[in-house]
Amino acid sequence: MSAQQQGNGADQAWDTGAGSMGHYDRFKVVNKNERRVDALKLALGKGTYTDDITLPGMLHVKMLWSPHAHARIKAIDTSEAERVPGVVAIYHCFNVKPIRYTTAGQGHPEPSPYDAMIFDPKVRFVGDRVACVAAEDERAAAIAVKKIKVDYEVLPAVFDTREAIAPGAPVIHDEPDCTGIAGFDPKRNIAAAMEVGHGDTDAAFAKADLVLEHWYSVPYQQHCALEPHVAIAWLDEDDRLVLRCATQVPFHSRRILARILEIPVQRIRVIKPRIGGGFGGKQEVLLDDIPALVTLRTRRPARFCYTRQEEFSSARTRHPQRLRWKTGVKKDGTLVAQELEVLANTGAYGAHALTVQGCTAGKTLPLYRADAYKFIMTTAYTNLPVGGAFRGYGGPQGFFAMEAHMDEVADLLGLDPAEFRSKNILRPGDENPLAKALGEGKEGPPQKIRSCGVQECIDRGAKAIGWERRLSFKNDGPIKRGMGMTCLMHGSGIPGVDMAAAFLKLNDDGSFNLLVGATDIGTGSDTILAQIAAEQLSVPLSKIQIYSSDTDITPFDKGAYASSTTYISGTAVQKAAAGVCEQLKRAAAEMWRHAGDPTGCELDQLSCEDQHVVRPDGKKLSYSEICLSTFYEHDQHQIMHYGSHMSFECPPPFSAHFAEVEVDTETGGVKLLRYVAAVDCGVAIHPESCEGQTEGGATTMMGYALTEDYIFDGNGRLLNDTFRDYKQFTSLDVPDFQTILVRTYEPSGPFGAKSVSEIPTDGPGPTIANAIAQALGIRFRKLPITPEEIRKAWLEKAARTSRQPAEARV
Amino acid sequence: MKVRLTLNGEPATLTCAPWEFLTEALRRHGLIGTKRGCETGDCGACSVLLDGEEVASCILLAAQADGHAVTTVEGLGGFERPHPIQEAFVDATAVQCGYCTPGMVIATQALLAQNPAPTERDARECLAGHLCRCTGYVKPIAAVLQAAERCRAGDVAKTGGRS
Ligand code: FES
Ligand code: FES
Repeated sequence: MSAQQQGNGADQAWDTGAGSMGHYDRFKVVNKNERRVDALKLALGKGTYTDDITLPGMLHVKMLWSPHAHARIKAIDTSEAERVPGVVAIYHCFNVKPIRYTTAGQGHPEPSPYDAMIFDPKVRFVGDRVACVAAEDERAAAIAVKKIKVDYEVLPAVFDTREAIAPGAPVIHDEPDCTGIAGFDPKRNIAAAMEVGHGDTDAAFAKADLVLEHWYSVPYQQHCALEPHVAIAWLDEDDRLVLRCATQVPFHSRRILARILEIPVQRIRVIKPRIGGGFGGKQEVLLDDIPALVTLRTRRPARFCYTRQEEFSSARTRHPQRLRWKTGVKKDGTLVAQELEVLANTGAYGAHALTVQGCTAGKTLPLYRADAYKFIMTTAYTNLPVGGAFRGYGGPQGFFAMEAHMDEVADLLGLDPAEFRSKNILRPGDENPLAKALGEGKEGPPQKIRSCGVQECIDRGAKAIGWERRLSFKNDGPIKRGMGMTCLMHGSGIPGVDMAAAFLKLNDDGSFNLLVGATDIGTGSDTILAQIAAEQLSVPLSKIQIYSSDTDITPFDKGAYASSTTYISGTAVQKAAAGVCEQLKRAAAEMWRHAGDPTGCELDQLSCEDQHVVRPDGKKLSYSEICLSTFYEHDQHQIMHYGSHMSFECPPPFSAHFAEVEVDTETGGVKLLRYVAAVDCGVAIHPESCEGQTEGGATTMMGYALTEDYIFDGNGRLLNDTFRDYKQFTSLDVPDFQTILVRTYEPSGPFGAKSVSEIPTDGPGPTIANAIAQALGIRFRKLPITPEEIRKAWLEKAARTSRQPAEARV
Repeated sequence: MKVRLTLNGEPATLTCAPWEFLTEALRRHGLIGTKRGCETGDCGACSVLLDGEEVASCILLAAQADGHAVTTVEGLGGFERPHPIQEAFVDATAVQCGYCTPGMVIATQALLAQNPAPTERDARECLAGHLCRCTGYVKPIAAVLQAAERCRAGDVAKTGGRS
């Protein structure tokens, strides 16, 4: 099934980076399943997350949320609420300064519209902020919240994206001071819009033998990080604001808070302790401002923690989209043109509205070669919960449409879906045709594919699941079996934007302190970065003491998003460690010279091996000896170095997913039998963690495929806002799962690594839909594919083909 | 009010309000390993053992623990002597963000005390009430099975650490 065997004109052999594969044999710490540096304390229950401290005199905050989807606040009467014993302060739009900003925790300047305020005199969705109460305990705050009287002028609301952008729709952001970029047109409820392309699509479609076009649709999804959003603020002994916060972006949070609270960056310290999962939900300055505001005003510590219900209704979500995919293809299966139109729903605020939707095209379209591409995007405001960053960042929406569509095309041409993909998939050396047009709110740098193991992903995934078995499913009973597959790619950081830094210093026992801005939110990045340092320094992992994400102590890092930590922060760590190695050699040479033994002490003759600097004649000095000497005896200085890294390259990881399902046509139930994810993430720094990322990311999206959705009443109120009513996958639902790590070597990555965290989220939607399509002969173009939908479609199909007897009876 | 109970093998008194749930009382007592993910009994982050049975401490009034034996994740093992279940979760790379881990460790202890040789299906059922958005459950299921093996080898599960 490989490209060459098909003789499809592939002009070069698949280069999986095999030329650099020798590295794999030399690794001592990376590419090994070390014990994760934080796992034991977490398993013992000793890890301290944000909410695991209490401070003397700490106030507790509760929020009054809007009961209306769209309303103007005319007056707020807090007199009764203030009388509740224990209430200390109440804040709302009439006593907090209005400053527009975006809650999107992105780099500066954020490519999201400035359309939010700490408290706004207008509410735009059920669950929008109205007022907050700070009290001595949570109970008093909760009681007082209920006693706040608000005079609302209720406005007409709009919940559907097509209606929202139609003339005459209620204008959600009618405030004159909101600003945005890239097609921002609030009068028409447009948070972002763009049209970009490459080549002449009209000419390319004209050349096609077959043109296929369909609409697809994907739902809301909630991150469901098990730890809710929470932040605790206090003033330290220097009267500085300290914020301990469940965040993925401590440095962006500090910058944004300084602006909206009007205090200098210097006066703020953001500490990220242990985080109980983020998935993009904590790439938002969502609640950080509230305890900070309370603390600045009352001068007392303050805590604000979302309830699970608040997570569902008032935190961020995955942007729902409608997508139109149009493909032009030659009879032999060669793709010639691809066109994607996206109409997305960002809800009441435009957090990540431009960039998520940009990635819907940017991550998908370039995967298959074509003569021309077009992407048309409109992101609409509605009076519904707010979209935001969510692991995959637009990819899952786009891949659902594209990979379902590719199966439809293959079907029409009578081609095997895997072979059809292999024929058209990009090759090493290919340029990403849309890289320039789809930068992060600005022109992006060009991208050329170097390491690429996608064909091996297809081949090994197909073998693992037994792809050829799909041709022999009998499916003569009510339970039908099917198999589906997809190909995927993602990115590694935001090229030309994301920067990370690390600092490393040597201690007198030969151990090292590694300080990184990188934000471990449960991804394992503390372990992975420590492994990279250890490998470069030639020490065991246990010699690295890592401390991450404290804006006072660690250097800057963009934060945990865009699949950037291993690739960008990892390279910063590698640079810091390489610098330390140089200094170790220099110091050792000086020690030998000082002792009158200078032979073989040129820097290029020395090497760092197994915690020693080694000379060609075999003489060596341990890191500990060197440190003791430089601390106390001779040539006194601290051996330390730093690294900063920004990359204009963004090497995509690649993947192929395979699913085998059973569909019960009598109940509409889908049983996932097997799932195989083959992934090329370059060198897996910690293989089991890469598997874990794959398994976790994919399982989340199995829910997206089959069970997860937001259900609203007619007034925009979310009905399924609990873990009981919003169904995510459990240990009983997850199928037999196999992850295959395909070995490649990415020359621009630290020890050959690319990213792994987001790519698995792109797969399950289309993979499962494709498997169901094979099982039933019915194509579902809308997620989630629920038993009701399946049953309905099955009955319709039965009626159409007037198939007798079993179905007709029901 | 005062709740008197056996906490991680030692007699203890928790001071709490009558309406308070056990999670709060335990956490105020310094046992922060018991986590809050939903406070509606749906996620398993707050699981503790009540007389050896797994319960969701977020929907159990603290007062209901009066006179009973409660074991939290801290009661199973510490840095000096981690419980084999805790070791298994670490070695299986079943700990990602770790927020669900204490609850899963408690659930595993409850399972192994009843059933020292669980099947893969038993392991899945043991974790069924424990939501985890990080791992996809694949490695936690493996951790439960690995824990069972280790406990059988060391016969620790029956005695259940210090509890
Ligand atoms: S916090 Fe108790 S079950 Fe979720
Ligand atoms: S490891 Fe994060 S929720 Fe389970």
